[in-house]
This record gives sequence, C-alpha cells and structure tokens, in this order.
Amino acid sequence: MYSFDIQRPTTVADAVAALATDEALPLGGGQTLIPTLKQRLSAPSVLVSLSGIAEMKGVCTGDDGALCIGGGTTHATVAREAASSYPALASLAGHIGDPAVRNRGTIGGSVANNDPSACYPAAVLASGATVVTNTRSIAADDYFQGMFATALNEGEIITEVRFPVPEKAAYMKFEQPASRFALVGVFVAKYAEGVRVAVTGASEDGVFRWTEAEAALSSNFSADAVPAAPSGDGMISDLHGSGAYRAHLVAVMTKRAVAAAG
Amino acid sequence: MTKVTMTVNGKTVSGEVKGNTLLTEFLREDLRLTGTHVGCDTSQCGACVVHVNGEAVKSCTMFAAEADGAEVTTIEGMANADGSLNVIQQAFQDYHGLQCGFCTPGMVMSAAALLKENPKPTEAEVRDHLEGNICRCTGYHNIVRAIMAASGQDVPAVAAE
Ligand SMILES: Cc1cc2nc3c(=O)[nH]c(=O)nc-3n(C[C@H](O)[C@H](O)[C@H](O)COP(=O)(O)OP(=O)(O)OC[C@H]3O[C@@H](n4cnc5c(N)ncnc54)[C@H](O)[C@@H]3O)c2cc1C
Ligand code: FES
Ligand code: FES
Repeated sequence: MYSFDIQRPTTVADAVAALATDEALPLGGGQTLIPTLKQRLSAPSVLVSLSGIAEMKGVCTGDDGALCIGGGTTHATVAREAASSYPALASLAGHIGDPAVRNRGTIGGSVANNDPSACYPAAVLASGATVVTNTRSIAADDYFQGMFATALNEGEIITEVRFPVPEKAAYMKFEQPASRFALVGVFVAKYAEGVRVAVTGASEDGVFRWTEAEAALSSNFSADAVPAAPSGDGMISDLHGSGAYRAHLVAVMTKRAVAAAG
Repeated sequence: MTKVTMTVNGKTVSGEVKGNTLLTEFLREDLRLTGTHVGCDTSQCGACVVHVNGEAVKSCTMFAAEADGAEVTTIEGMANADGSLNVIQQAFQDYHGLQCGFCTPGMVMSAAALLKENPKPTEAEVRDHLEGNICRCTGYHNIVRAIMAASGQDVPAVAAE
C-alpha cells in the first residue's frame, strides 16, 4: 500500500469536511477497498473512516413504511435486523461472502462500489429503493450507471438506503464458488404497482432490470410466466461462464426467485 | 503516525501506527502476538480471524487505527485461566482437527464466534459458518467434528455428504 492518513470522524458533517481534502476517499468496511489499496490500484492521501459515525448505522422503518438502512450498517446487522421486516433483503445480506466479511462490509460501501457481481445492487434496483447521500436523494433507476459507475460525485457519502417493502420478494444467487460473489443473481420484488426484476453478475453494463420478465410477471406472477432467456450479447463472458451461459442462468434464477417468493 | 490504545486479550496496550498499518501487522509485529496467521493477505483464507468487540473479523482487512478503543481477542487469549486448552482447542486436539496447524488459529476464532451465537449448531451450520476459513490439510471433516464435540453434541461418524 502507498502511505496515507486515516481520520475517524464521528459525524457525517465532519466526514464530509474531511473528504474535501484532495485525494481523500471514504472507507466503509474496507472489504473491497483494502484489497484494492494492497494492489496499489488506488492512492488516496487520506482515508476517512465512516465506521465511527453512529448516525449512519442501523435499520428502522420510516413514516412511509419504507425500510431505512444507514449507509454504514454492516451486512451482518442487516441480516439480523431486517429479518422480520424484509426477509428477502436480510437473506441476501446474510449470504454475502462469509461471516467475517459480513461483520465489516457495509451496504453503503457495496452500493458505492457497484461491482457488476455484487448482491446489494440487485436488491436496491428491484426494490426501486432511494439512495440517500449527504446532499440529495437518488432513485435507484438513476443511480446505477454501468460497471463500477454510479451517480455519486466525489466526496459524496451514502448515508442511508430506503427500501419500499414489497408484498413478496426473493433473491436467488448462483454463486461463483471461489469468490462467493454472484455469477448471476436475480432479485424479484412484487409491489401493488407491478413486479420489478433486477439482475446482477450477468451484464457488461452492470446491474440491470429485465423489463420483459417484469411485464410478464406483473400480469401473471408465476414461474411459468418467466420469458425465455434473454440474448447472450453484452453478457459477461469469462473463464467462469460464457455470455450465453449467463443469459440462460438469468431465466433460471428468475424462475427460482419467483417460486421462492411464493 | 497515530497513537492507538486498545484492549488485547484483557490487557490495555498502546502503540504508534501508520494509516496503512493493518491490524495483523500491529498484533504480530508490534505486540509479537504471532498466533494470528497471515495466509493470503487478500481476505480469502481466514487464518487471520480475531475478534473485535466480540465479532469475528479478518485482521488482514482492517486497519489498526480502526481498532483504537476496541476490545480485541486473539488466539493467545483463548486458553483457560490456568493455561490449559479451552474446550474448542481441546476438541481440535482430540478430533485431529489440525495437521500443519496454519489455519487453526482462525478456525478456532471462527468456531468460538459461531458457538457464542449458536451454541448447538447443526453440522450444516458449522460448514456454512466456516465458508471464509480455508484449510489445505484436513479436508475439513475433522474440524467440523471438533466443533460439534466442543458444542457438546454427538459427533458425526462420517462428516461427508
Ligand atoms: C471474501 C469476500 C467475499 C465477498 N463476497 C461478496 C458477495 O458474495 N456479494 C457481494 O455483494 N459482495 C461480496 N463481497 C464484497 C463485500 O460485500 C464488501 O463489503 C462491499 O463490496 C464493500 O463494502 P465495504 O463497506 O467493505 O466498502 P469499502 O471496501 O470500504 O469501500 C468500497 C468503495 O466504496 C466507497 N465507500 C464506502 N462506503 C461508502 C459510503 N457510505 N458512501 C460512499 N462511498 C463509500 C469507498 O471509498 C470505496 O471506493 C465480498 C468481499 C470479500 C472480501
Ligand atoms: S490472511 Fe486474512 S484472510 Fe487470509
Ligand atoms: S491444518 Fe494445515 S491448513 Fe489447516
């Protein structure tokens, strides 16, 4: 690692001030950033640790019934505390990586990073969640902008993610067995207004909504209604699987998710 | 350099660390607690698992500065007060849960975290919990048996499915 200083602010305001320094970066749980720093792929002058900011932690239900999760909340906490209010989301959090990763990694870090194979982006997009930062609220549909790309500006901190709670939902992940990330993961959420289906792991453009499946499932919420697999064009092709294989998995995992949602 | 103070295995310790000093480095090189191992240094293997404020974490993927004020427990803090092996450590010996022993500190720390939360795990829960701990020697069966024994349950005769 290159050398840098660490600051540990205790309020969002102090963190934002510290991030105004040139080449400063926020540090969430470090489960992605620390390996990146070790490979010298990033050279911040200052890391602003968010782990000491109490106002960014915790799970609660807002006045509008949405589930509000602080940006600094660990995967383990979401798995525990969202279990009764939004079981599909809690189960997703409880299957990220392994227990030690879940004790450090945070929802804000995962959503800020927007890894094309990460789990949370699928839940955020399928739930039509709102990403709340220190300056604004961003709708999920506007937030994700391709692999590792998001609407966040430099120095902007995700303080909260608000999830409207669906009538039914499930996340199905086909695990890449070595990394435990999603080779393909599909999050299906059924709301009174319709069904949303978000796919992670598959596309070269990162997480996306499978609108064809959404339309079919909105009129008939059953596994049989899931359309034929999408085209493999533009799907990630690597040593773990071809684009066509991933496209096939998209339909399979969608069916399984609908069946699991019940 | 920043000054950090934390409780490690019940003792208050302080030291000067750089921003990029990992918790593993602070434990092993500054405090000379070399029981915590570094297998991969890329957060894959779990040999470096310690407890920070009671939660299992990979100490190769946490900065020492972030443990300022925390309670840290390492494998050196796991023995009974009289120095004898604790129930998990003894079970690893009894059930041959180790061969070279490199992964063992992390395995014991992960097992301790599991049994604190779930005192009577099923065999499947034990295996699931050890997802982030890699062992190159044992093939895991005897590790799973040791943890089942440490939890006071019947030990599966053949752990494989
Ligand atoms: C062994 C292993 C297995 C894993 N398996 C999975 C898996 O199955 N599924 C999965 O989805 N993920 C997986 N991960 C990734 C894990 O979920 C990370 O915790 C997550 O991607 C990053 O969160 P973090 O809090 O650790 O962020 P960090 O690593 O600290 O930061 C990541 C990036 O986000 C920025 N950032 C952090 N917090 C914020 C914030 N609040 N606001 C704005 N920017 C911020 C940082 O500057 C950095 O650029 C795995 C990781 C490991 C090590
Ligand atoms: S050394 Fe930390 S996980 Fe391998
Ligand atoms: S006993 Fe050798 S790595 Fe596990």
